[in-house]
Amino acid sequence: MIDSLIHLPHAAPGDSARLEAQFTDLAPPLTARQAAIEAARCLYCYDAPCTRICPTEIDVASFIRNIHDQNINGAAVGILKQNILGGACSRVCPTEILCEDACVRNHDAEGQPVKIGLLQRHALDHASFAAHPFQRAASTGKVVAIVGAGPAGLSCAHRLAMLGNDVVIFEAREKSGGLNEYGIAKYKLPGDYAQREVEFLLSIGGIEVRHGRKLGENLTLAELHGQYDAVFLGLGLDASRSLGLTGEDAPGLLAAVDYIATLRQSDDLTRLPVPRRAIVIGAGNTAIDMAVQIKRLGAEDVTLVYRRGFESMTATHHEQDIAKANYVRMKTWAAPLEVLLDEAGRVRGMRFEETRMDNGRLIGTGAFIEIAADAVFKAIGQHMDGSSLSDELASQLQRQGDKIVVDQQFRTVLPGVYAGGDCVAPGQDLTVQAVQHGKLAAHAIHNDIQSKAGTAWPT
Amino acid sequence: MADLSIDFCGIKSPNPFWLASAPPTDKAYNVVRAFEAGWGGVVWKTLGEDPAAVNVSSRYSAHYGKNREVLGFNNIELITDRSLEINLREITQVKKDWPDRAMIVSLMLPCEEALWAEILPKVEATGADGIELNFGCPHGMPERGMGAAVGQVPEYVEMVTRWCKKHSKLPVIVKLTPNITDVRAPARAAMAGGADAVSLINTINSITHLDLDRMVAFPVVGNASTHGGYCGSAVKPIALNMVAEIARDPQTANLPISGIGGIGNWRDAAEFIALGAGSVQVCTAAMLHGFRIVEEMKDGLSRWMDEKGYASIADFTRKAVPNTTDWKYLDMNYQVIAQIDQDKCIKCGKCYVACEDTSHQSIAQLIDAATGVRTYEVIKQECVGCNLCEITCPVESCITMVPQETGKPYMNWTQDSRNPRRVA
Repeated sequence: MIDSLIHLPHAAPGDSARLEAQFTDLAPPLTARQAAIEAARCLYCYDAPCTRICPTEIDVASFIRNIHDQNINGAAVGILKQNILGGACSRVCPTEILCEDACVRNHDAEGQPVKIGLLQRHALDHASFAAHPFQRAASTGKVVAIVGAGPAGLSCAHRLAMLGNDVVIFEAREKSGGLNEYGIAKYKLPGDYAQREVEFLLSIGGIEVRHGRKLGENLTLAELHGQYDAVFLGLGLDASRSLGLTGEDAPGLLAAVDYIATLRQSDDLTRLPVPRRAIVIGAGNTAIDMAVQIKRLGAEDVTLVYRRGFESMTATHHEQDIAKANYVRMKTWAAPLEVLLDEAGRVRGMRFEETRMDNGRLIGTGAFIEIAADAVFKAIGQHMDGSSLSDELASQLQRQGDKIVVDQQFRTVLPGVYAGGDCVAPGQDLTVQAVQHGKLAAHAIHNDIQSKAGTAWPT
Repeated sequence: MADLSIDFCGIKSPNPFWLASAPPTDKAYNVVRAFEAGWGGVVWKTLGEDPAAVNVSSRYSAHYGKNREVLGFNNIELITDRSLEINLREITQVKKDWPDRAMIVSLMLPCEEALWAEILPKVEATGADGIELNFGCPHGMPERGMGAAVGQVPEYVEMVTRWCKKHSKLPVIVKLTPNITDVRAPARAAMAGGADAVSLINTINSITHLDLDRMVAFPVVGNASTHGGYCGSAVKPIALNMVAEIARDPQTANLPISGIGGIGNWRDAAEFIALGAGSVQVCTAAMLHGFRIVEEMKDGLSRWMDEKGYASIADFTRKAVPNTTDWKYLDMNYQVIAQIDQDKCIKCGKCYVACEDTSHQSIAQLIDAATGVRTYEVIKQECVGCNLCEITCPVESCITMVPQETGKPYMNWTQDSRNPRRVA
């Protein structure tokens, strides 16, 4: 996947332990004492703003009170009943723009919010269940197909199973988990956490995952439509946007998500190719994840380049701080213009035009800068690879841009076909939102197939 | 600077802060450290007849707050477990070395006059300034007919007090137990017996918490526990009321009171003094933080007195007693209404749910349709002025209770037309 960097030297040969240490938990867990202190800071608000803003509607005040009262399993179940991937979310959620931003203790007079993310993690890390904490309802006899074993698909599958349905998930990749397994910075979800969470989720029973099945390749929507009571599409956004510049295929230039996936799957970090100087183009959390990880792998100079100012970055302040703490240089107001290649046709840097706002429009100033680099990582967003929705039935799905249009019940225009997660519009492309989509879609699917019991596939 | 010195029924002390009879005053080593730290006096841990008491292990337990701060403290220790001879020798030496500090000796003996007649001259010979009769200890000793077993029977209180006055010239302070229905009865009895003062409260019967795995309370001794005596911050409200009860009882209105119970800072001390105490005794706060806390207590009290223009402790002693009355004399025409300072409000909704669920539905939750932001407003015509919202609000002075101008004169329940048993 990262053949494009094959000419670069490997990361610190023979220094595996030091490298691994760069990819342990960025934010260490709370100790029991810290958790107790933090839990005591929660005011147990009524109609709490943290819960109102949580995309999965976790009753934050309640689970924190349970932590404080040393009812850790109760706290964990409170979280999981709303968000079965609450463990991953506690690590990857941008809490600084969600629950912790809404926390009333953010008020000027109060100083700082309760560390809700870390408390959620504390509850889930320390809960211990003799068996899966949720029981399945009596069997409905229905079987639902889900495409994609990412957060949306897994969440949908778990809730459907809980409601008494059987589920078959079709997943293109070797492992389940989606971005939790392949796309999140390694220091946010280290080790095999993503897999352990998937195992926990599947332990409810009634869910079968078939790997190596990709819609548009060896799977068609029509086929699923014919064989299952309903279909949920949790496809994610599998293709990286291109810069639209010549030289985009040159060795040394690649999509950040491809490098991150390789990094996350690597069992020997010392064998990863690492540039001495790197450019990351983009302003989202993936751009930050990429820049910080390549720095931690040993790159000397890492420059994140964005065509607008800091205030427009989708990466949160918290993420920007992580980049700064890892000595990532951030260059704003510069738009990619040209990929610079050496005699061998490999990336040697990039040329940018400086930009500014002019009456609300972003324009070039006519001034240019060049930044030398051995590798350029694109992190300018993901979109849906059209090929997955190319079969006859799938092509009937209504799209808005590249995203699938759904109603409030996550129904697509095709009866019996539902979609959620990053592949639907509108969305924030957050893990936690994908989980909520999957959960709500499961209820919609369950209700729909229950009320249509005995009828033929509606067309 | 204000003068903190006191003369408490003839016992002089450079400040009103005494250490109560308890582990901190068990031996010379501790008491000397306390005097070095600046305590005005000590009540030496209770002496009894030889052989000395024997204690168990473990002995203490606590009731904790949200942050593991100790709200209440419980102990099952007995009186001194050292011999009378050693204690008397140490008391003599310490008093000699620290002549300006108050030295009161706590005593507990069976109800036999001869025993009291025998010990009192020995105590007097130490040079001590006074004695305190431990009629309050609620654990262990009552099983042997002493401590609270005496304090709960006013006739015994009077009898033993009288013996002490007969066999000693020292001022006699009678320490009262709160484990009684009406604390005024033993206070009156002490006075009748000739007591120079009372001190209160001793500890309250208590079990703080349990080990739910072993199904045994704390503190655990082997596989069992027993009730102990409760003290610390949690008992302050109970102690304040009992002090006030005695201070405003016409029969004991002039009886000096040494206030005890949950005093941990200068403000607690000032409150006890304002409700009738002439000196205050501290134990739990010192046991939790060390003797150094007396520095902040003295400093805070002194600065507050300067600010208020009180030159001496006597200037504000009992100043709140006239304002403490029976319910029936409260003004029925007085009315306060809650007011929420919207700039201070952090929108936690606690006032709303408290009022909505448990009180008078007097706070409205307003939801901005566009932003979803909640604001909370008092529905004035529904508010009865109960203070609940102010109490539950986590932000100090965000909710205030504002007195309303009713235009009506003072009228108490005895005068109220709604009272079928009104006087006139």
